Amino acid sequence: MEKAKTEIIVGMGTCGITAGAADIYALAAESAKTKGLDVRLSSTSCIGMCHSEVLVDVVTPGFARVTYGNVTKEAIEEIISSHVAANVPVAKYVIAQMPSYGKTYDDIPIFGQMPYMNKQERVVLSNCGFIDPLSIEDYISKGGYEAVKKVIGGGDPKAAIEIIKASGLRGRGGAGFPTGLKWEFCNKAVSDKKYIICNADEGDPGAFMDRSVLEGDPHAIIEGMLIAGFSIGASYGYVYCRAEYPLAISNLKVAIKEAHERNFLGDNVLNSGFKFNIKIKEGAGAFVCGEETALIASIEGLRGMPRAKPPFPAQKGLWGKPTVINNVETLANIPRIIVKGADWFSSFGTEKSKGTKVFALAGKINRGGLIEIPMGITLREIIYDIGGGIPNDRAFKAVQTGGPSGGCLTAAMLDTPVDYESIAKAGSIVGSGGMIVMDEDDCMVNIAKYFLEFTQSESCGKCTPCRIGTKRLYEILERITEGKGRKGDLELLEELSEDIRLASLCGLGQTAPNPILSTLRNFRDEYVAHIEEKRCPAAVCKPLITFTIIEKSCTGCMACARACPTSAITGERKKPHFITSEKCIKCGSCFDVCKFKSVLKK
Amino acid sequence: MGIKLTIDGKEVEAKNGATILQTARDYGIYIPTLCDNPALEPYGGCRLCLVEVEGMPKPTTSCTTPITEGMKVKTVTPQVERLRKTVIELLLSDHPNDCMTCERAGDCKLQEFAYFYGLRSNRFYGKRRQYTKQDGNPFLERNMDKCILCGQCVRVCNEVQGVGAIDIAYRGFDAKVCPSFENDLNCEFCGQCVSVCPTGALTGRIWSKKGRTIGIKEVETTCSYCGCGCQLNLHVRGNEIARVSSKPDNHNEGWLCVKGRFGYEFITSPDRLTTPLIKRDGKFTEATWDEAISYVAERFKKIIADNGPDAMAGLSSARCTNEENFLFQKFMRAVVGTNNVDHCARL
Ligand SMILES: Cc1cc2nc3c(=O)[nH]c(=O)nc-3n(C[C@H](O)[C@H](O)[C@H](O)COP(=O)(O)O)c2cc1C
Ligand code: SF4
Ligand code: SF4
Ligand code: SF4
Ligand code: SF4
Ligand code: SF4
Ligand code: SF4
Ligand code: FES
Ligand code: FES
Repeated sequence: MEKAKTEIIVGMGTCGITAGAADIYALAAESAKTKGLDVRLSSTSCIGMCHSEVLVDVVTPGFARVTYGNVTKEAIEEIISSHVAANVPVAKYVIAQMPSYGKTYDDIPIFGQMPYMNKQERVVLSNCGFIDPLSIEDYISKGGYEAVKKVIGGGDPKAAIEIIKASGLRGRGGAGFPTGLKWEFCNKAVSDKKYIICNADEGDPGAFMDRSVLEGDPHAIIEGMLIAGFSIGASYGYVYCRAEYPLAISNLKVAIKEAHERNFLGDNVLNSGFKFNIKIKEGAGAFVCGEETALIASIEGLRGMPRAKPPFPAQKGLWGKPTVINNVETLANIPRIIVKGADWFSSFGTEKSKGTKVFALAGKINRGGLIEIPMGITLREIIYDIGGGIPNDRAFKAVQTGGPSGGCLTAAMLDTPVDYESIAKAGSIVGSGGMIVMDEDDCMVNIAKYFLEFTQSESCGKCTPCRIGTKRLYEILERITEGKGRKGDLELLEELSEDIRLASLCGLGQTAPNPILSTLRNFRDEYVAHIEEKRCPAAVCKPLITFTIIEKSCTGCMACARACPTSAITGERKKPHFITSEKCIKCGSCFDVCKFKSVLKK
Repeated sequence: MGIKLTIDGKEVEAKNGATILQTARDYGIYIPTLCDNPALEPYGGCRLCLVEVEGMPKPTTSCTTPITEGMKVKTVTPQVERLRKTVIELLLSDHPNDCMTCERAGDCKLQEFAYFYGLRSNRFYGKRRQYTKQDGNPFLERNMDKCILCGQCVRVCNEVQGVGAIDIAYRGFDAKVCPSFENDLNCEFCGQCVSVCPTGALTGRIWSKKGRTIGIKEVETTCSYCGCGCQLNLHVRGNEIARVSSKPDNHNEGWLCVKGRFGYEFITSPDRLTTPLIKRDGKFTEATWDEAISYVAERFKKIIADNGPDAMAGLSSARCTNEENFLFQKFMRAVVGTNNVDHCARL
């Protein structure tokens, strides 16, 4: 038997590559070669710890798997000389170790016990960062394709539907519709052809769980689609993925090819007589194309514009045939539920929100990245225990969930359990899983404006309230942040928001006013300060802030004067400086460079 | 068996598959619309036709919602009236409001709603679409800053004309109906799009400044260009045609082709022949119909007498009706006595 080799595994998801993982990979190969080390070098996908990319894992045979973070060129050299060559982990770069691989090292935290991990529950992401997405064997070695064998072997399309129904799984694409029920509708529809579509459009800015799953565990999606297809009676599946996800698409292509070779896909799946093929449709990356009827139009080669429902896709979908559309994360749950059972799945979560949910944690947070939690843990646990709190000791202000369709939740709501009902009650939505943390330096009017800028530009333009209404909302917010807000603007925002919500055709328009309504509800005084006092309390909105130098503490170091692009700052060495406000363009450079906190931004 | 429901308290009945709007129209119940056209697929874009249905959490568009048994519909409520008004205000906030000089004033649905909702002022204002580049095509004036994106032109071009010359490009506020790559329109110029446009966004070039509603008389006539005999509705001011339309209840269902819609300049052309001409001494001179027909008959007779009937041949025209064509071949065969008869459209 071949002697077991030391393994070096580089995280090569999109986030890893962006952080320079490809260079590290090449360097590791070169360095091992020059040192004459016989290693197995491989890549894996994103494990979710995007705050610590580049990630490199080393497994010495018989020993625990060790994860290194923020690996630089120097670090990889050291890791190879010490850990790979001599089995001595390099403490300063270590994040944690995983004992399931073998003997543990002293003084290295256990991966699962780190505060980042111990509140997480990895179901959807269980393979991400652990298998080579380009290897079907890796997937199979983790129990992959067992579910398909079970479902197709059982022969009854309704069996899987019953399991999914009993599990309580709800769609992870945003609307939270019970998945088993959706399948049942489609199963009952009578038609010569049916379709299953995987929605991988992922348009919510800041969310990237679908990308990570497609990149890191593409076979799970294929398997989920196979089971859905068998259950509803579809022999054709489409994956609608934005073209901005090239790695996800190429990994999925490899996976589809491998699945064909193993007869998991094709005209006679596992010799059962069941036919199932998958086609990838690349979208141009429009937010609205994530809406199911727009998505269908886009696959059909039409402009991606929603149409009125009913008829629902389960009755009349792609090419007029009954169609189920499921989100990537929803589908990734399927094989796991089939193998481990409905009871296992529903043991996670709350009364009405079962299972786990993946969130993309971003914004003012120490440990941003992808996390997967059992439904029902609190926002506080996510932000402080998993996310490590707010950087630079700033105070937490709010967290936006549900992206541009959602709302913000305040400090008073930090103990809200994260599940569909509680988050809705608190005034936001779970949505597809974006979670953006804001601190005291964020202006809530500006945040609302940011989301409206997004929605108004992503509106498809079909219906009047959304096409023109969201533009007008954006313009009102814009003038408020510019200090041109007027009396009555807040009432106008509220009236128009309500009408857009009621009158728009699709979910995009119907939810677009949410960021405004929720910030108005929770932070109305900030709006009022902008309009009535022409003041931005968080000192973000440029036209409303002034920079001055605090004479008392200014040391006259001249750093600000050197940094100022418009020479607005004058003063002699070792004497207090002065800003000529007419010249100041409010770039903030002086504020950033002053080591004595003597520049006042107000 | 039809489906029974109530609209504004009135019990009505319609076929399964009908929409609320169709049913309401059948019973003479008015619901305001801007994007619906009975001849086209439902669209649901303008959001003017919103109605309240008992049990539904939000108002729904009557043009897209199929009726169901026992449904209770209200077409006028404070809520839907408020939403309709907001929609019109939003449309006007991105509109040139150019009625003074607009070709369509007096016959424009947007103007009409602004009038009915009494919108002298507008809560909304902001950026307006302004397009300076003019479409250089010879027939259609396309003022896209007056377009309300109702999508009727796009649908008629696809669904009725089968051409697909235009679609909506860009997203959100910048959405715009245009030919591919914003080239100049290069299509059949049937003007179907113009005929369905609810505003002054689409008009005929030759209709410009020919009159709007004052002093316009409508004259129904039959197009003389082809055997289809489409019914034309000439809008005439004085002795001049201002524009041409066609009514949806005629055999051509209100659709025309480029010739019928725009090809009427010959009527007042100085080159147009208004009496028969006979060449005398190498020069055409005016004649009466009797003179001309007698002259032709004489010549025909002579040719037949001198060279036999097969020296004659007749070619008929697609501009003639079936009846005229029948008569023509009968004339050639029975009167002239030859089978040499053919038709231009046979090629
Ligand atoms: C504007 C808009 C954008 C959407 N974008 C996505 C998306 O990117 N991915 C997704 O899965 N669902 C998206 N949805 C939700 C889908 O319409 C649909 O509900 C979902 O794909 C159904 O799958 P699920 O039941 O598995 O969640 C979007 C909805 C709207 C209204
Ligand atoms: S709500 Fe917005 S995105 Fe949806 S159909 Fe209307 S214009 Fe398009
Ligand atoms: S904010 Fe910028 S422009 Fe203004 S004084 Fe400071 S450095 Fe100069
Ligand atoms: S299109 Fe209608 S509303 Fe617009 S300017 Fe012309 S007449 Fe007035
Ligand atoms: S003139 Fe006719 S062919 Fe041309 S765009 Fe209009 S409807 Fe289409
Ligand atoms: S050009 Fe006229 S018909 Fe076409 S979308 Fe605009 S308003 Fe509607
Ligand atoms: S020429 Fe055109 S408009 Fe006239 S009858 Fe024929 S098809 Fe109709
Ligand atoms: S007529 Fe129904 S939405 Fe326009
Ligand atoms: S403006 Fe005259 S028909 Fe459109």
